[in-house]
Amino acid sequence: MPVEIDVDHVARLARLELTPEERERYREQLALILEHAARVQEVAAEDVPPTLHPVPRSNVLRPDDHRPGLSREEALAGAPEVEDDRFKVPRIVEME
Amino acid sequence: MAELCDLTAHELAGRLRSGEATTADVVDSALGRVTAVDERLHAFLVVTEDLARRQAGRVDELRARGEPLPPTAGIPLALKDVLCTRGIRTTAGSKILEPYVPPYDCTPWGRLDRGGAVLVGKTNCDEFAMGSSNENSAYGPVRNPWDPERVPGGSSGGSAAAVAAGEAVWALGTDTGGSVRQPASLCGVVGLKPTYGRISRFGLIAFASSLDHVGTLTRDVRDAATLLSAIAGNDPLDATSLPGPAADYAEGLDAGLAGLRIGVVEDWLSMEGVQPGVRDSFHAAVDMLAGMGASVDRAELPHADYALSAYYLIAPAECSSNLARFDGVRYGFRAPGASDVVEMNMRSRGRGFGDEVKRRIMLGTYSLSAGYYDAYYGQAQKVRTLVIRDYEKAFERFDLLVSPTSPTTAFKLGEKTENPLAMYLSDVFTIPSDLSGTPAISIPCGLAADDGLPVGFQFMGRLEDERTVLRAAFALEQELGFTARPPLVPAAAG
Repeated sequence: MPVEIDVDHVARLARLELTPEERERYREQLALILEHAARVQEVAAEDVPPTLHPVPRSNVLRPDDHRPGLSREEALAGAPEVEDDRFKVPRIVEME
Repeated sequence: MAELCDLTAHELAGRLRSGEATTADVVDSALGRVTAVDERLHAFLVVTEDLARRQAGRVDELRARGEPLPPTAGIPLALKDVLCTRGIRTTAGSKILEPYVPPYDCTPWGRLDRGGAVLVGKTNCDEFAMGSSNENSAYGPVRNPWDPERVPGGSSGGSAAAVAAGEAVWALGTDTGGSVRQPASLCGVVGLKPTYGRISRFGLIAFASSLDHVGTLTRDVRDAATLLSAIAGNDPLDATSLPGPAADYAEGLDAGLAGLRIGVVEDWLSMEGVQPGVRDSFHAAVDMLAGMGASVDRAELPHADYALSAYYLIAPAECSSNLARFDGVRYGFRAPGASDVVEMNMRSRGRGFGDEVKRRIMLGTYSLSAGYYDAYYGQAQKVRTLVIRDYEKAFERFDLLVSPTSPTTAFKLGEKTENPLAMYLSDVFTIPSDLSGTPAISIPCGLAADDGLPVGFQFMGRLEDERTVLRAAFALEQELGFTARPPLVPAAAG
C-alpha cells in the first residue's frame, strides 16, 4: 500500500522550507521508502522490548566538579547575529 | 622505493625511531601527495599545512631530546569533517555549517593531538554523514583513487580515499550504517568499527545517536589496532562511552586462527544485487580461513532481512531530532530577510541543508509524528531487538561471522543518485552491526575478477570483543598478502 504523506504538514513540523519541486519529489520518494520500511510491520514482535541503545547503560554519573566552560566570546563567536553579548533573532512575539 | 607517505604507520614509527626519517620528512611526503592528487580526488575540505608542519617540528624536537613518544606521534592523520577541531573549520560536509569554527576538540582528536599526531586536514564526506557515495557533500564529491569516474563510498569517503592515495597514513571516520567499512571496502583499505561506546563521541557532530560510532581507516590491521588503542578508553564527557581505560589492541594480534569458529552468512551471498566478482573473491578468502585452522560453517541471521528497513526508520528519526539544533540562531548559516523567527528557522534550514539530509529529516519527522510512532519507529526498535538476538544466538556457536562488506565494488558517480533505495542497499551488510553495536572490520580481500576493483571482506565479532576481530583480520591479511595500490598513486611501487 503506497503511503500518502501530508508533506506540507511534515515540513512545517520539521521547520523546513521546501520548494514546490522538493515537495513533489519528497512526496513520491518518502512513499517509496516508507513502503519498503513498513516491512518491519510484517515481523511479529508484540512481546519484544524495544532497543533504544545497543549497549544499555543507566545512571551514568561523573563527579560534580566545576570546570571552565566556554567563555562568552567563544559561545557567541559562531552566531550569525549578535547584539549586546546576546544571540539576536528576528521577532518572536506578534506585536499588535 | 615507496615514498614515505605510502608506508604504514608501524613502518614509519620504526624509521622515525631509528632516525632514518624525520617527522618533517614524513609530513612533507604526505603534503606533497595532497598537492599531487587532491585536485582530482577532492578528499580534503581543509588542508592544515601550517599546523602539520608546526606539529612535525615539535615532535622532531621531542624525539631529539629523547622524550618517550607514542606510536601515533608524527604520523600524518586525516579527520572526517564531522569531528570537531578547535579553531579549524568543521562543516560536516554541509552548507549550513560553512562558517563553523568549533571552540573545542572532539575527544579522539584531543587524545591524538596530545600524543603528537600530525593533522593533515579535514576530509570531505556526505553531508552530516548521510550517504554511501560521498555525492551528498555540499562541496562536491570525492573521487575513488582506483578510478576517478567512480565513488569512494561513503560517508567517510574522503578519509578512505586519502588513506588509499597516500595523502594521509591513517584517518578517522564515523560509521552509523557502514560509513567506515563500506568506503574502506570500495577504496581497498582497512576500516574498523569498534563496539558502540568504545571510542568517545564527544565533539562528534551527531547524526543518529544510538547508531553513531567513530572508527578507523588504515593501510593494515596492525595500524587499526594501534590507532584504536590510542583513542579508546572511557571519556566522562560522553555518557555512552564504555567504562575502563584503553587496552593495547595490538597485543595478541598474531595468535592465528587455530580454534576459532567462523560462521559464513551465506544467505546474504544469494541476495539480488551481489556482484559475481565480489562473491568469488569472498569465497576464495573463506576457503583460505578453513585452510588456516579455523572451523567454518554456515550461520543464520534470520532477521537481517528486516535490518535495512529498521535502520531507515531509526536513523532518520534520530537525525530529525539531532539536526533540530541547526536553527540559524547560535552558529552556522542564517538565511537573510525573514520577518519572524520561525520563518528564519525554516528558510535557513531549507536552504542550508542538502537534498538527502532534508529527505531524512522529513522521513524521521513523519515516522515520529502523532499517529505513526508505534507503526514505524516503535516497531523498528523491536525489530532491532530481534536483530541483536540473532547475533547473540549466532555467537553461541561462532566466535566470528563473515560476509562481504558491500554487495558491489565501487560504482560510477551518478549511478544511484536518482534512486535512494538502491543507494541504501550498498550498506545492507554493514547496517546490522550498527544496529547491534558489535565490532566489525573490513579488509581488502583482492580485486574483483569482473572489474579489477577492490573487494572488502567483513569480520563481525561479539560485543566488546575487538581482539578476536582484529586477530582474525590480521591472520587473513597476512595470508592474502594484498599489496595492490590504486593506479592514481604516482609511482607508489616504482
